[in-house]
Amino acid sequence: MSGLRIGIDVGGTNTDAVVLDAGDRLLAKAKRPTTPEVTGGLRAALDAVLAELDDRRRAEVSRVMLGTTHATNAILERENLGRVAVVRLGAPATTSVPPLSDWPEDLRKAVSAGEAVLPGGFFVDGRPITPLDSGAVRRFLDGVRADAVAVTGVFSPAGAEQEAEVGELVAREYGLPVSLSHELGWLGLLERENATVLNACLYGVAARVTAALTEALRERGLAARPYLAQNDGTLMTLEHAARLPVSTIGSGPANSLRGAAFLSGVADAVVADVGGTSTDLGVLVGGFPRESSAATEIGGVLTNFRMPDILSIALGGGSVVRDGSVGPDSVGYRITEEALVCGGGTMTLTDAAVHAGRTAGVPPAWPERLAGLPLRHETLRAALALADEMVEDAVDRMTLGRADRPLVAVGGGAFLLPDRILGVSRVVRPPHAEVANAVGAAIALASGRVDTILPAGESRAKAIESAKEQAAAKAVRAGADPAQVEIVDLQEIPLSYLSEPAVRLHVKAAGPLAR
Amino acid sequence: MRTGSLAAVRAIRDHGPVPLVALADLPGDTLIVPLSGIGAPTVSHEMPHGEHEPKRIAEEVERLFGRPPGAVMSSEIGGSNGVAPVAWAAQLGLPLLDADAMGRAFPEVQMVSMYVAGLPADLVVMADVVGNVVTIRPVDGLWSERLARAACVASGSSALMADYVLTAARARGVVIEGTVTRALSIGRATQDTADPLGALRDTLGAVRLITGKLVDVDRRTTGGFVRGSATIEGTGADRGRRLVVELQNENLVAVEDGRVRAMVPDLIAVVDTQTATAIQTEALRYGQRVAVLAWPCDPLWRTPRGLEVAGPRAFGYDLEYQPI
Repeated sequence: MSGLRIGIDVGGTNTDAVVLDAGDRLLAKAKRPTTPEVTGGLRAALDAVLAELDDRRRAEVSRVMLGTTHATNAILERENLGRVAVVRLGAPATTSVPPLSDWPEDLRKAVSAGEAVLPGGFFVDGRPITPLDSGAVRRFLDGVRADAVAVTGVFSPAGAEQEAEVGELVAREYGLPVSLSHELGWLGLLERENATVLNACLYGVAARVTAALTEALRERGLAARPYLAQNDGTLMTLEHAARLPVSTIGSGPANSLRGAAFLSGVADAVVADVGGTSTDLGVLVGGFPRESSAATEIGGVLTNFRMPDILSIALGGGSVVRDGSVGPDSVGYRITEEALVCGGGTMTLTDAAVHAGRTAGVPPAWPERLAGLPLRHETLRAALALADEMVEDAVDRMTLGRADRPLVAVGGGAFLLPDRILGVSRVVRPPHAEVANAVGAAIALASGRVDTILPAGESRAKAIESAKEQAAAKAVRAGADPAQVEIVDLQEIPLSYLSEPAVRLHVKAAGPLAR
Repeated sequence: MRTGSLAAVRAIRDHGPVPLVALADLPGDTLIVPLSGIGAPTVSHEMPHGEHEPKRIAEEVERLFGRPPGAVMSSEIGGSNGVAPVAWAAQLGLPLLDADAMGRAFPEVQMVSMYVAGLPADLVVMADVVGNVVTIRPVDGLWSERLARAACVASGSSALMADYVLTAARARGVVIEGTVTRALSIGRATQDTADPLGALRDTLGAVRLITGKLVDVDRRTTGGFVRGSATIEGTGADRGRRLVVELQNENLVAVEDGRVRAMVPDLIAVVDTQTATAIQTEALRYGQRVAVLAWPCDPLWRTPRGLEVAGPRAFGYDLEYQPI
């Protein structure tokens, strides 16, 4: 007996849950509306799938994986955020652009306990800019009231020792949680600093999620071990998530991509997750989401941590149809009242799709109801053609013109997509596609990654081996089974403009959770 | 990220607004300091400037000339060196001259109007992030580039530089006037309009070479520069056409069917069709919907000497310059 797994994914509209057995068979699935405080919807979805298990099966639930929007919501709504003392190491360099310069004023007010640019940091060639001044760090921290500290050193991705030293000082002398930038992002000081500060302000939110999940499991008598999903489609233990809460942002799209790969059995594909308001397109490479190289904006703040490369278009089941246009506005969750197929009075993309005979998996009542209505046939047809064009355009952007891969259609609105799409080899509609994101959470692996700069010379091979070991060790710390950890990604990128040839090395290791 | 504009916003908040002055309004003996950042973009992205570099340069200039500088000028109006001088002027409490030394962007230090005009390249003052000041007395512009580059690498591949400090009297006919005003007018014209692309074209007096989709970006980094090409396939009325833009940090030559449509030193820009925002060479991606615009450079660059310094041959293209 190796137990059952429950995957839960909190989305903007719905919270989905699934139960998988040891052989990855889906035993139960449920969709419940997401509640404003998130936790209510989570409990409802959990209860709904548990109701389908008998007592013996319930006792077999050994793991619960949660992908949630708590962190995203906290940042968007500026609620429950911790006050962060922002330390940058690099003075007198970088002072022309102080920390948080590009933050929206209200977010900055909610988060910053004070900012300081202090001596420290490194040049591109590894020499220190100025020696680290622990006294200056203490003087700054003595003068602020903060819940957490964020430390960002110039060129720390290539040399983390100063950040680590300050981190130890803060933990030892102030007892505060610390975010260190080299754990969060890549070169690009301001973006990495932003990600680090966001991470530090989310420690309270992370504690809340952890408590809510642990409590929900305890109340239901589940002895399962909880995990949180992160933005690369892998899992973290709660201890790990407590240190890197910002990594949970973007886990939804990553889960849906991984779930699509699992349900369809296709490892290299374009995935379209069609919702009520928008469609997210992503690309699977070897079963994992392709990651974005561009900066990612969260709550009006630019960051550079790795996120799945997602193209979101304003097109979903609730998109409002008018003469010559579709969307960008949507009736959203009110679709069950407002769409024509549901007896409402608003023409939506759902109506246009059902009108054209795209009815895979939709309630039989929908086409029947539509058949009895006086319809503006031409408007519906034109809107659907426009929607198809938008999808093809988005597919082309995501595939970079490579048309030999299939498209996996998932999400509640998957039926909106046609069976033939220009730019893909075929359209795959896997079973349980409407809960692909929760499935993605349930099947996720634990991972570890290393990002570093290496000289391009002879020591390179040895350094790569050492980076692989570090990544594997990190995966094990995140919960992976040491016997099954593998290197799943290794990229060497030559760096430009440096006086000495150097490469950036990115290694990712992943493996199934340890038993 | 936009470190130049963030620094400018910050400096204006700390030091007050920066007056923009025309060359004609400056007394002839006013010292103008043309400033620019020198170094590698990867480095400035990770290690932005400090706030003391302009002051160090101004102090050194005062020591050398016996009087303080009276205005800051952008050496290069294109890219971040166009907006960062607002920060530098604010930090120094000096006005910004409505002029620059390129009327566009160029990758090398000697590609400035002062060099074209034959002004002796005999002084470079550099300041780095930790406070080092380097004064170079080169014998010519090529040595100026070579020595400044070496000092910059020693300073961690980022520094602020004053090249060709000159008086207002000397600057007449030598700098390219009105370029800050022009930059502002482009911003205003494209901001609140339903047709940013049309507004941009009209403001620049530009020719639209093609509107289409970016189908191929070939980019490699050699000798510190990004080289390569971008291929745009026409859409809509341009369907069936294909334009290749040759890159070397800047867009240098636009070729269609083996025929050159535009070439350096004339300006070529790849812009987003929706927003009319220019897309920098590093940000070009497959699938982007773009228009390629070309428009005339300052007449200075079309003189024999201008073409020698920054014409197609200066970038390794065996082409006879044909104005747009």
